[in-house]
Amino acid sequence: MASSFASKRLSKELIKMQDHVPPGITIVKSDSLEEWQMDIKVLDENPLYKGHTYRLKFTFNNKYPIEPPEVQFIDIPTSSDTPRPIPMHPHIYSNGIICLDLLSTTGWSPVQTVESVCMSLQSMLTANTRDERPPGDSEFVAYNRRRIRDIPFVYEDDNV
Amino acid sequence: MGRQFLPALFIISPPLLPHSPSEPPLEPPNFPGDVVAHHPLFNPLQPGYLPPISITPPSTRKRKAAEAAITDDQPLPESATKAAHTGNATLVGRSRKPKPASTGPATTCPQSTESASSASSTCQKKRELATPATTEASMDSDDDFMSDVSSQDDFLDMQGSDDESLGEDFGDLDTGFSDDKDLLKQKRKPYEVEFKVLNPPEIEREQLVQINEVSAILGLPPESAAILMRFGRWKQEKLIEGYMEHPEETLEEAGLGTNFEGTAKTEVVPGFSCEICCEEGDDLESYAMRCGHRFCVDCYRHYLGQKIKEEGEAARIQCPGNKCHRIVDSRSLDLLVTDELKDRYRTLLTRTYVDDKDNLRWCPAPNCEYAVDCAVKTRDLRRIVPTVRCICKHEFCFGCSVADHQPTPCTLVKMWLQKCEDDSETANWISANTKECPRCVSTIEKNGGCNHMTCRKCKHEFCWMCMGLWSEHGTSWYNCNRFEEKSGHDARSAQAKSRASLERYLHYYNRYANHEQSAKLDKDLYLKTEKKMTSLQSQSGLSWIEVQFLDTASQALQQCRQTLKWTYAFAFYLARNNIATIFEDNQADLEMAVEGLSEMFEKPVSELAELKVDILDKTAYCNKRRVILLSDTAENLKNGEWSFNVEW
Repeated sequence: MASSFASKRLSKELIKMQDHVPPGITIVKSDSLEEWQMDIKVLDENPLYKGHTYRLKFTFNNKYPIEPPEVQFIDIPTSSDTPRPIPMHPHIYSNGIICLDLLSTTGWSPVQTVESVCMSLQSMLTANTRDERPPGDSEFVAYNRRRIRDIPFVYEDDNV
Repeated sequence: MGRQFLPALFIISPPLLPHSPSEPPLEPPNFPGDVVAHHPLFNPLQPGYLPPISITPPSTRKRKAAEAAITDDQPLPESATKAAHTGNATLVGRSRKPKPASTGPATTCPQSTESASSASSTCQKKRELATPATTEASMDSDDDFMSDVSSQDDFLDMQGSDDESLGEDFGDLDTGFSDDKDLLKQKRKPYEVEFKVLNPPEIEREQLVQINEVSAILGLPPESAAILMRFGRWKQEKLIEGYMEHPEETLEEAGLGTNFEGTAKTEVVPGFSCEICCEEGDDLESYAMRCGHRFCVDCYRHYLGQKIKEEGEAARIQCPGNKCHRIVDSRSLDLLVTDELKDRYRTLLTRTYVDDKDNLRWCPAPNCEYAVDCAVKTRDLRRIVPTVRCICKHEFCFGCSVADHQPTPCTLVKMWLQKCEDDSETANWISANTKECPRCVSTIEKNGGCNHMTCRKCKHEFCWMCMGLWSEHGTSWYNCNRFEEKSGHDARSAQAKSRASLERYLHYYNRYANHEQSAKLDKDLYLKTEKKMTSLQSQSGLSWIEVQFLDTASQALQQCRQTLKWTYAFAFYLARNNIATIFEDNQADLEMAVEGLSEMFEKPVSELAELKVDILDKTAYCNKRRVILLSDTAENLKNGEWSFNVEW
């Protein structure tokens, strides 16, 4: 799927991350150049996220990095060896979909990388103090059938 | 700022007509310091002609401009005159020095024919030209301040353009209700508006003129001025005002930044590594806009291609750098992308331009690439129905893009179309044709049988006629004569009310739909007309030109039906009063004329030749009835005479 442009860039990112990743970020799965999985942790004492690890799924198309990847949290049940809940955040729906302008076509910059997206999400969690889901979460989760990139998010709230 | 614009003086543009070498150029004006200005309506034979005026003393620059203009001595050509009076007439100054009515080429007066021959361009361009000149008279006007610096550039710009491309912004001077319009009254009917159709190159040129103007005034490179203009949605005065007050903030907001140093070129920078593809190499060609975010040319191309082709973005493509809001300018773009993308980019820019400008609207016809320039504002739409006709022949409303809907104003059109589409009418039908069980309110349509109804759902027994309890009917079963019975009264009056309003609606809707349907049939007829005309030519020996009357008749029929159709929507919302009665009379007259013509039109081909005079007469009559109806409606609308039965 990935064009040579995308795959070249991804393999370079991978090489760089295998060499060094920032604290709290782990590569879980990067064997294909279409989908990666990453684990992130919040490093400070924020009680909302302390002690938890969250799983992120990156889906790349052949326009990456000109186009943003699709990024969402995935849920791995507590019964498993590696439980990964969906973090509580007013911009994260309970199905793991993230409303973040960085990940939209307008907010995305080709300069962003998997690493920088992970770091942005880390800091988005760190800064949050509200133990809540976005308004309309249950309906969205029940009725949304669109792909993430087709959801017309409105990014009005820059504070959380 | 904001002082009344004084239409006092005109600078003459270089003539569009080729200079004829046999005629010696005229001397510059022999009264130093005097520039004589001309109104585009310069034609003493025109009824609306007003003599030009002279004003002293203009600046040297202006004199030079005027002299440059008066180097050609052409007699006033037909086309120029025509263009002159189709132009706008708002710039008429009061006459101080009546001018002799001579238009001969050998005139000694330097202000004579010259301006007339250039009037075709001048009148369209009047704003750009008029404003600098006005500076002398009204130094503090907004317009002056902006156009002043650039007027000389304009002079040069204008030489190569044809008159159609120049009519930017005439709209601001013409709301369609201006008193000066009286001059043209005999030319335009009350229901007609002034407009101009532009093709894509003209639209592009129009942008360019404005961009160059702003570029000259603010001393910015043209590609930056373009970004600034798009940011300010082409509202020049406001933009320049904002820029003068807060230059840095304005530039920043527009995505320009304050650094205008350096030229756009791709470079090979030693030690450069591209942040997008992560390639590095000392021979890697790269590009950076003035924000300094440098990427390799390949990535830049990918990025721009994606934005232009896939996202349809042009006016607001930002630097690929993270959080950098600098807009990619056309010069950078030209440097980086293929010709095909450049074309697409320009098309997209033109699209945003037309969308941004209040006085422009795309023709909604499929595949039509023209735009219409019209000065009617949204707030005018209560008092005017601005129908325009594209070069592609499509007639549509400038206010709402719906196909010609005269005489009904846009808001009512919207309400009407909504109503026709709405399920509310289905509900209306239900309430008129069905009744509800008085107890369980199930909807029941009676499809036969006697009046003794037993609700299938709740087993309630009632009388279909009076809706009262069946038990109250006593022994007079099956013969309801108990009309005044209390229990059925309310149910009946609600029923009657809904039935009356439905019938009223259906009355208008049927006639509306009928004309719509007939207009469609007429369209088929129109296609048959051509066949008919051919067979007529061979059967009757009439020449092609002689059978054109059928074509004319068919077109008139179409147009009149379109009008008639909308008169019914209009009438539906009209409150009853005397002018409504007059309106209905006009409507009836037009309808009769149309049906008469329509009937004639369906006669066998062999008879058509004999009916020619009749058809011609009827066609003319139809057209006349239409004009009368539309004029009357438009006048009353303009003067706020109509009263309606709805709020809008």
